[in-house]
Amino acid sequence: MSVLVYTESENGKFKKNAHEVASYAYEVAKQLGTTATAIAINASKAEELGDFGISKVLNVSNDQLKTFNAKAFAQVIGQAAEKETAKVIILSSSADTKFLAPILTAQLKAGYVPNVVSAPESTSPFKVKRTVFSNKGFAITEISSEIKIVGVSNNAFGSAENKTTAAVESFEPNLGDDSFTSKSIEIDKVVGKATIADADIVVSGGRGLKGPENWGMIEELAEVLGAATACSKPVSDLGWRPHGEHVGQTGKPVASNLYIAIGISGAIQHLAGVSSSKVKVVINTDPEAPFFKAADYGIVGDAFEVVPKLIEKLKEFKAQNA
Amino acid sequence: MKILVCLSNVPDTTSKINFTDGDTKFDTNGVQFVINPNDEFGLTRAMWFKEKQGATVHVATVGEASTEPTIRKALAIGADEAIRVNAVPVDGFFVAEQLAEIVKNGEYDLVIAGRESIDYNGGMVPGILATLLGMNFVNTCISLEIDGNNTTATREIDGGKEKIATTLPLIIGGQKGLVAESDLRIPNMRGIMMARQKKLNVVEPTSSNSATADVKFEKPEPKGKVTLVDADNIDELINLLHNEAKVI
Repeated sequence: MSVLVYTESENGKFKKNAHEVASYAYEVAKQLGTTATAIAINASKAEELGDFGISKVLNVSNDQLKTFNAKAFAQVIGQAAEKETAKVIILSSSADTKFLAPILTAQLKAGYVPNVVSAPESTSPFKVKRTVFSNKGFAITEISSEIKIVGVSNNAFGSAENKTTAAVESFEPNLGDDSFTSKSIEIDKVVGKATIADADIVVSGGRGLKGPENWGMIEELAEVLGAATACSKPVSDLGWRPHGEHVGQTGKPVASNLYIAIGISGAIQHLAGVSSSKVKVVINTDPEAPFFKAADYGIVGDAFEVVPKLIEKLKEFKAQNA
Repeated sequence: MKILVCLSNVPDTTSKINFTDGDTKFDTNGVQFVINPNDEFGLTRAMWFKEKQGATVHVATVGEASTEPTIRKALAIGADEAIRVNAVPVDGFFVAEQLAEIVKNGEYDLVIAGRESIDYNGGMVPGILATLLGMNFVNTCISLEIDGNNTTATREIDGGKEKIATTLPLIIGGQKGLVAESDLRIPNMRGIMMARQKKLNVVEPTSSNSATADVKFEKPEPKGKVTLVDADNIDELINLLHNEAKVI
């Protein structure tokens, strides 16, 4: 009976969150006195999960699974759980995993707790801490079912190296036509840029930027920092930026190491979306903006003067620290 | 086409969150409850299908009598009938099982639920519901077109979007994008009066396989004071981010 973790990959390469959930699975396995097994789909270097404490990898090579399909992927993970007699399954918080998690939950009649921010508080009874009320609170949740599914919040646990040797085994799931009743017909994705979900740093703009034509400096700052770009709700409502960049209670949550908010006053719904970020920097002309109460560092000033200077100084800093 | 919109009754987005009874219960004192925002986008899209394609729209919620103003609002916006499962929602699995009974009995072609509620943020109800019923499912849906039995849904993915072709019966986990914020409707007086005449069925819950329980709540640690840096001293900000916060 091992702990099973689903480690996501893209074009054969493990996503950053795969290392985090592998590290989490190792920790849970240690608490339970067992080992951690990963299920990977079309991963080219499955053995690298050994660096994060994974003793065995079930690797699936299947052309039908080259494009994500929630139902089929959930079936693969369910079958792997059955093979390993896994009673605890660890998942990430990516959009794809949050799509497949409830399907897997219903298939296995499991208890599922998403948005988990730390290792289990206890394993008997099994209790985990998760965010609730859009990050305005935490709940300690007990899972009483035989099979337990834990969805780990992005960037909450972090990656921890625990070097071991991972035995890689090929795994052939049993999938029929009924696994593919939905078909992906078009994917429109920005390639080569950090996404809000994965980024260590997020640079976000608000209405204080005055118009979409001024987003060039936000993008330039993001490029210098290797960051993802984001925006406040009014900005996406006005159509200045796509909804996919909207951060907040009804938009995306951000759990980056650094969140830089420029021209965003900090409505309660926006603050709920960024509270999981570790360090917050605010640049705003209004010293009374509520965001200053939630920020770690702040500059009271005009974004149009401060941001170009910040870009210039960061370029110098990078050149010196290269 | 028969559509069911699943509604969650949640604290207004600006609510302050507190806990009572030794931090084991959410404090509802002074909290205004509303239709979950992700559900409201779905409800408005359902109204569009009603007006353009002649769909019938029902709404359902799992909650005690105190949730009825929320359901009445949906009726005032234009839903034809409402169903309330008379139970306190235990967890996402419990809610999905209750809604599954309603979908089975009502033979709906399309079920729209928000991708997650903004209170417990479980994000599991539409997916569990679809799997229990063997229906197709698309999550984080930002656009939906229906042509006969064929559907094209666009979902938000990390860093972009994906178009998915599937068929009815379908369940979606919807969100902003299904309609624009400016398309959301405020009930008018005529709608409010008409809602009083519409059917609100109350049904008792079925048994459940739910397996999670919140045993305690906590609030985040209070935030320390912000360190303000002079706008003319950007070097200091970079120094703090590099040496103190260690994030660059």
